[in-house]
Amino acid sequence: MSAATMSTEKPLLSVEHLTMRFGGLVANNDVSFEARAGEITALIGPNGAGKTTLFNCVTGFYTPTVGRLTLRHPAGKEFLLERMPGYRIAQLAGVARTFQNIRLFSGMSVLENLIVAQHNKLMRASGFAIGGLLGLPGFRKAEHEAVELAKYWLDRVRLTEFADWEAGNLPYGAQRRLEIARAMCTEPVLLCLDEPAAGLNPRESGELAEILTFIRDVQTPQGHRTGVLLIEHDMSVVMRISDHVVVLDYGRKISDGDPEHVKNDPAVIRAYLGEDEDEALPPEVAADLNLAPTTNQKGA
Amino acid sequence: MTTHSNTVSSAGSIKARGVDWVATIKDAGLAAFVALLLTVPLVGLRTVDRPTGLGIEARPEEVVASILLVFLGRLGLGLIRQGMAMPVLILALICAGVGLVLPMPTQVLRLVLVLGGGVIALRAAMTVATGRSKLSQADRDRRMDRIAAKVQHASKYIGPVAVAFAVVLPFTPLADRMILDIGILLLTYIMLGWGLNIVVGLAGLLDLGYVAFYAVGAYSYALLAHYFGLSFWVCLPLAGLLAACSGVLLGFPVLRLRGDYFAIVTLGFGEIIRIILVNWYQFTGGPNGISGIPRPSFFGIADFSRTPAEGMAAFHELFGLEFSPLHRIVFLYYLILALALVVNLFTLRVRKLPLGRAWEALREDDIACASLGINRTNMKLAAFAIAAMFGGFAGSFFATRQGFISPESFTFIESAIILAIVVLGGMGSQIGVVVATLLVIGLPEAFRELADYRMLAFGAGMVVIMLWRPRGLLAHRDPTILLHGGKPPAATGAAK
Repeated sequence: MSAATMSTEKPLLSVEHLTMRFGGLVANNDVSFEARAGEITALIGPNGAGKTTLFNCVTGFYTPTVGRLTLRHPAGKEFLLERMPGYRIAQLAGVARTFQNIRLFSGMSVLENLIVAQHNKLMRASGFAIGGLLGLPGFRKAEHEAVELAKYWLDRVRLTEFADWEAGNLPYGAQRRLEIARAMCTEPVLLCLDEPAAGLNPRESGELAEILTFIRDVQTPQGHRTGVLLIEHDMSVVMRISDHVVVLDYGRKISDGDPEHVKNDPAVIRAYLGEDEDEALPPEVAADLNLAPTTNQKGA
Repeated sequence: MTTHSNTVSSAGSIKARGVDWVATIKDAGLAAFVALLLTVPLVGLRTVDRPTGLGIEARPEEVVASILLVFLGRLGLGLIRQGMAMPVLILALICAGVGLVLPMPTQVLRLVLVLGGGVIALRAAMTVATGRSKLSQADRDRRMDRIAAKVQHASKYIGPVAVAFAVVLPFTPLADRMILDIGILLLTYIMLGWGLNIVVGLAGLLDLGYVAFYAVGAYSYALLAHYFGLSFWVCLPLAGLLAACSGVLLGFPVLRLRGDYFAIVTLGFGEIIRIILVNWYQFTGGPNGISGIPRPSFFGIADFSRTPAEGMAAFHELFGLEFSPLHRIVFLYYLILALALVVNLFTLRVRKLPLGRAWEALREDDIACASLGINRTNMKLAAFAIAAMFGGFAGSFFATRQGFISPESFTFIESAIILAIVVLGGMGSQIGVVVATLLVIGLPEAFRELADYRMLAFGAGMVVIMLWRPRGLLAHRDPTILLHGGKPPAATGAAK
């Protein structure tokens, strides 16, 4: 992975001047960054920095107040995500996501979860259920292919032996992996992961890192590489696997670059570890509040 | 499991020696006190019409009797819990026997004695038999789950046997007019249950106004026949189509709502349809309804009457049979059986298609569905339209069977009964719907003499099932596709 050759290509996702307001609250303020295919772009920041809001804008759950989100397919097609209704972004633009609090179809089997992810493909093959009801052969074949793809990803996330289990009965770490496999079964160009390592033990987050680097490095059957956009709190995971880190604080981008650069950026250190109150507040405000100088506010 | 229950029951018998009489009697006394508070105004006082005006009459005996019964009942339950199941069983049986044999001052007292004694005897018998009162809720639920799973697997065999039984029923000596009529009624509700199951059980949308589509189907046929003289066989698909259209019409504005709000709007829609039918007097006949709805012919070839209309053969002459009014009933029976089986077959097949899987996924988590690129609105509309279409078919069958329809037949209680069938049976379970229909529709039909207590028993039954098995009688779901084939994983139930 040489960053020099990648940077000459057009980025997979460009976020330009994204602002998201909820009434008076500005969750994202003029954020711009880029994510590339075949790279893991990590989005970090203290709690309430606006990471998930940004995610929801990219994946179509929110419509941004201001800004442009451009997704460029390897084939050259461009999609303006801010103008598309939510489900279309997953269906046409090929953006898949996972959720901070796992959202599996917990009453359905593991395999069914992965088959549902290929809904649009299968729906077309089944002639919008009419051909399927009549038992036409086209659907049989498509379903067989869908199962093969599901098997491939089950193998990757090591859940093959649990394929017929109810998804809700899986252990927590396995549910996380299944959600990633489900997102990958939509054959996305951009995979967005919202805190995939939350609640995992060190061994499990190690496995997760392996899965993510695999997704980044492997060529899809369509001959392109998948871009990964990742929100994560677990710094060991972020620093190990990401190629590019974007740091948000109070809705603004405060740093952007490779992990080494971000780690040493004073703005990032300030956001995470806090700074002297005397410097942060104008002197007259500090006097008004009558703060003791020793109470250093720590970032979460 | 067995060793476990053994230790439990032996622990119970150790306890039996030291029954905590004071606490038990105190508990029973408290229950009696609550009964006193409730019965004094509700049972103890009665308004009577006197020439001088409305007077109040006191009924102390009833109050005393009911308080005594509550006290004894509570005492019995308490003693069962403390391992004295056997003596309580005997006493309760004596109670029930006394209620049955000896003359009682009032019918209510007799009923309470027999029912109360019976229920407590049943509880005690269950405890004696299995030590079950010690079983935790979770244990019991797991047991029922296993039974449900077994029934689900057995339904491969039960289903065809049940269908075969339904097919040969009219030819058995059992089949008289009443049995066939009850059969038609049951099959109508089974069909409606299966139809609603698509929306409630698969797509997870709580529809409280399903009867509206039933009404649209019934009135479509009745009005088309009344104004244009169209035959049943032309109107059946039209009625389905119109009902599906009304489903889409309702669906568009409503589907953005979720949960309770959605349920309330569907409830409103059901009422709107009924009120339109009542008030649009010139067109629908208003509360008088529409009468003289034509009966179905034998696929447009032959008529079932003794003297058929011009240009139509008579069924009995066509087949060289002796005329019998039962022919039409048998034909109606087969018609609704076929319609119901179409709905069932559709559901069984669609569950294995992307459409059905998307419905189930919507029921599980509709936000995740959107993230996978599933068009939620279209999927829900499809569920609504298809369920409405089946409701419409059932409606036009209802119209042609009755020959007369009025808005009376399409009240909210009908929606509630159909929904109760689906929920009781276990959401999404096809065989559950059949079992629940037999319970909800079949039992009241079988015990028509007890009509006065029907709603009482119905309500009590619902409460018991909600307490005992909140997800429905046969709520068990098998995966629609298996990777490892063969046996479905036994591990799912006991995964953790």
